[in-house]
Amino acid sequence: MSDYTSDELLTVAAARALRNDDVCFVGIGAPSAACNLARLTHAPDIVLIYESGTLQTRPDVLPLSIGDGELCETALTTVPVVEMFQYWLQGGRISKGFLGGAQIDRFANINTTVIGDYDAPKVRLPGGGGAPEIAGSCGEVLITAKHSTRTFVEAVDFVTSLGHGRGPDDRRAAGLSTAGPVLAVTDLCLLEPDARTRELVVTSLHEGVTRAQVEEATGWPVRFADEVATTPPPSDEELRVLRDLHERTERAHAGN
Amino acid sequence: MADIVSLPDAIAAHVRDGDTVAMEGFTHLIPFAAGHEIIRQGRRGLTLVRMTPDLIYDQLIGAGCASKLVFSWGGNPGVGSLHRLRDAVEHAWPNALEIEEHSHAAMAAAFHAGAAGLPFGTLRGYAGSDLRRVNRNVRSVTCPFTGEELAAVPAHRPDVSIVHAQRADRHGNVLVEGIVGVQKEAVLAAERSVVTVEEVVDDLAAPSPNSVILPSWAVDAVAVAPRGAAPSYAHGYYDRDNAFYQSWDAISRDRETFETWIREHVLEAGTADAGGAST
Repeated sequence: MSDYTSDELLTVAAARALRNDDVCFVGIGAPSAACNLARLTHAPDIVLIYESGTLQTRPDVLPLSIGDGELCETALTTVPVVEMFQYWLQGGRISKGFLGGAQIDRFANINTTVIGDYDAPKVRLPGGGGAPEIAGSCGEVLITAKHSTRTFVEAVDFVTSLGHGRGPDDRRAAGLSTAGPVLAVTDLCLLEPDARTRELVVTSLHEGVTRAQVEEATGWPVRFADEVATTPPPSDEELRVLRDLHERTERAHAGN
Repeated sequence: MADIVSLPDAIAAHVRDGDTVAMEGFTHLIPFAAGHEIIRQGRRGLTLVRMTPDLIYDQLIGAGCASKLVFSWGGNPGVGSLHRLRDAVEHAWPNALEIEEHSHAAMAAAFHAGAAGLPFGTLRGYAGSDLRRVNRNVRSVTCPFTGEELAAVPAHRPDVSIVHAQRADRHGNVLVEGIVGVQKEAVLAAERSVVTVEEVVDDLAAPSPNSVILPSWAVDAVAVAPRGAAPSYAHGYYDRDNAFYQSWDAISRDRETFETWIREHVLEAGTADAGGAST
């Protein structure tokens, strides 16, 4: 097996969570890499949608922003933003959405708005964008994040996007019937909500990662599932396709 | 009917101090040349409306044109923060900036409602989000048929909306192609509208009967601004200048570097170089 980085394993593990019949709302960064890796390996028919309105796009290189021309040129069609959010997202036609965040708490609530007080912020972050409704309207939500105590916090400073609130009934109480976050993929492990409490628990450790490492990088006393699996390392094929994709991307973006 | 005028005349006639201004374009076709002309004409006290403030509003905010921002995602796409926006929010430089923050879905619903002549937009949105707590313009309505509670946001009704497009014909009909964002809704929601275009042609040459067209009688002014969307892009004309988006991070981080850039590339450049922001 070739050497691989923790970033590569994160992307590969996220890609494996996608199925050939998924319709995905894709975000920039790790989600975009994971979705396109899935499309180029085990899920050739997966439908990728970026919030700029590009439906069923098949970019040759990863976009720098959600509205790059490459996405439009390789899409089945491009729709106005109003239609994107009202028909396709709110209409319930998207099975999986990806979210990341500056802060994620033990119930998978996500903050992309502000660190500190909203009116006197320590750090003003870009904000929610499509995330509040991706969290509510996609069938399931996948989270990707680097694992650190700065990101995985006991309580987020601001709930931009609802995860599981404080427990199993909170999504329904907010008027939602979708599943919400079902998996968080980090560079150390996989976490899934406990079926009873909805708290994120570690269900798989990446090869070579110890429980102590995950405990140290998590801002709450993190729990482990009764049976913790080992995440299979990237296959040669997955690594080759992912590295080709990144290489093509770097070459394309260096050109202008 | 749209008047075909110069960019300085279009901005002078339609953008006034204290106006609510929406400059739209979702990553694509962002009206940079028009934004730079607003900076050159020294407008003050603007309420800026835009889904993704992007570099264009970072520049307007840093240049002191704005007193309020209505938005849903204020970052440099694929790069990071907007430092002029952050400096205004965190340190009130060059002046305090009031913010009204929404989600993309709500901004789209508000433009849609404005275009449709409705007082508010509805969406199944903001569920469990603190945005509802900090923005008094996010409220709720009860469906009179099912009893379901939905989010409600007031319609966007800008004093003026400004968008960029590929081309117009000599009557002022405008063609928009590629990623079309909320430009059509923004123009139809506004009291007045300005469209900058790459070129004016005899025949609009719309590629299909379903092309996105803004009819001349729905637009107030059309101004020719070649490369007027750079460093964003105009599909079929030129590509996005990703390198400039990345270099903006360093330019905008420091107040003095930013002011030097604005002086050299906007204030002293004049309209002839309006689209050449990437040089």
